[in-house]
Amino acid sequence: MSQSIKNTEGRLSRPSVVPRISVDRIARRSFFAIMLLPVFLIAIVTIALVIRSWPILTAYPLKDLLFGNIWRPDKGLFGFYPYIIATFWVTAVGVLLATPACILVSIYLAEYAHARTRSVAKPVLDLLAAIPPVVYGVWGLVAIVPFVDKVLAPLSDRWLGAVSIFRVNQPTGFGILAAGIVLAVMIAPLIISVMYEIFSTVPNDLRHASLAVGATQWQTIRSVILPQVAPGIIAAIVLGASRALGETIAVLMVVGNVAQTPTSIFDPAYPLPALIANNYGDMMSVPLYDSALLSAALILLIVILIFNILSIVVIQRMLRRK
Amino acid sequence: MKFLKQPWQRRHLVETFMKFIMRVSLVFVAGALGLISWIVVVRGLPALSWSMITQIPKGGYYMGKEGGILNAIIGSLYLATGGTFLAMLFSVPIALYLKTYLGDSKWGHYVRLSLDMLWGIPSIVYGAFGFTLMIAFGLRASLLAGIIILALIELPIMARAMDEVIRRMPADLEHAALALGSTKFEVALRVVIRQMLPGITTAILLGFGRGIGDAASVLFTAGYTDRIVTSLMRPTASLPLAVFFQLGSPYPEVQQRGYAAALILTIIVLAVSFGARWLSARLNKYTVK
Repeated sequence: MSQSIKNTEGRLSRPSVVPRISVDRIARRSFFAIMLLPVFLIAIVTIALVIRSWPILTAYPLKDLLFGNIWRPDKGLFGFYPYIIATFWVTAVGVLLATPACILVSIYLAEYAHARTRSVAKPVLDLLAAIPPVVYGVWGLVAIVPFVDKVLAPLSDRWLGAVSIFRVNQPTGFGILAAGIVLAVMIAPLIISVMYEIFSTVPNDLRHASLAVGATQWQTIRSVILPQVAPGIIAAIVLGASRALGETIAVLMVVGNVAQTPTSIFDPAYPLPALIANNYGDMMSVPLYDSALLSAALILLIVILIFNILSIVVIQRMLRRK
Repeated sequence: MKFLKQPWQRRHLVETFMKFIMRVSLVFVAGALGLISWIVVVRGLPALSWSMITQIPKGGYYMGKEGGILNAIIGSLYLATGGTFLAMLFSVPIALYLKTYLGDSKWGHYVRLSLDMLWGIPSIVYGAFGFTLMIAFGLRASLLAGIIILALIELPIMARAMDEVIRRMPADLEHAALALGSTKFEVALRVVIRQMLPGITTAILLGFGRGIGDAASVLFTAGYTDRIVTSLMRPTASLPLAVFFQLGSPYPEVQQRGYAAALILTIIVLAVSFGARWLSARLNKYTVK
């Protein structure tokens, strides 16, 4: 379109075309620029946290920070070990409780359920996912903590007290188990919906072939479908774990917030997100304190990003197979 | 016959058993929703009163005296509305670019991956990030900071929600418009965005629901105050924090109000969630499948 072209009525067509093309070009570039925002945001967040936590990362060897047992910012001691272990325990209990139920529910919804059941279950899961963390916290405080205290702890003490991780040392109800139960319910909708998607990528021919040679539906699921989707199932669980790792308010409300290295699931604990949320107020008063808390956020971020990227890559690959 | 019967019975028993425990798990998960709603209603309803939602905290409110949480309700509505609006300004172009320019290409795949990863970053990390920015720029906790951080949290959710809806658009529509000589931008503006309307509505309500319920990020960035916020540069109260702080109080009256605040928050979030479902079903009637 370098030269103006006259059409039959003698009107120049160039003015009508060229602005449209340049508008298109401008739009493409500005859209592209906006799209770079999410791509770079991850890097920006990471870099900002690295810069802010640099003072403490250079002041102490990484080994002392990650494996140090004592947290006394006023004395210059920043040991994250109890918090890291607490985060791990709370997440592990949540994921272990959620996994079996999520696998069963997603199999049921994908393979057995009536269209009608599905159309009811989907909104229920959406609503469960929409409930704010703080409301989960209220539920945990009102229902789960007393339930752990009055029902689960005595039962466990009676039957499993010999095993150290089930021993009841401080009977209050607040602790890892209560936080794990709340987390399990919080991450279930996400895990179930991802697993459901994964199940629906299995071609129907496989099901039909297995059923046609006389297998029951469960035999089909166990020996034909599950081997096909196993990586996706694992990825969904890892994705759920990454959500559980960063959950703050709901966990903070029921976990007891005692900075100790837990030995039992009934012990109170103090996970990293709770540490950050509880202490942001006075973190400017003690030297290196803000740096320490932001490096806690950095540790969380890095672990979560790794979990996320592993699980999302596997899930996207499986979904694209469809 | 005996040779055949034994395995036959066993596998069918297993089938019945598995079906049974699957149904039990489903009831458990659905029951959790019922239990949470029930607890929030039972605890919140007795404490809910007209003054709770029409008054701001008065002197001695945190010791059980007169007042309400209007400051938190208004603050939360401002925060979530502002955050959603800001996130929409960015997420609509991202979704359009993904659809019209990138499609299912490798780059499109990377952008979707990065959006999914952003979605996974917990709000406490966004809060800490917002806090570092505020220190860097010498800002104090304010409504504006809260809005910006909520926008960052909502952005990936909204962009992906729109993207998922618009991916189902028939390629013929786009091809027809291109064949008539329109540029890609015109396709995006005149064809794709109309098809995307149900997606945009759902995304807005999803983002709003997520934004209004988020506590960990506003804790750092928006602060808390007993007054109704009047300026973007002032700190503001928010409902999740009102629930959180009041439940931490030693006074039973104040705790009661924490439950009432939780009920108000739950009602807003569930209404928004139902609204999203209803609107998107309605608007979907007008799209080309």
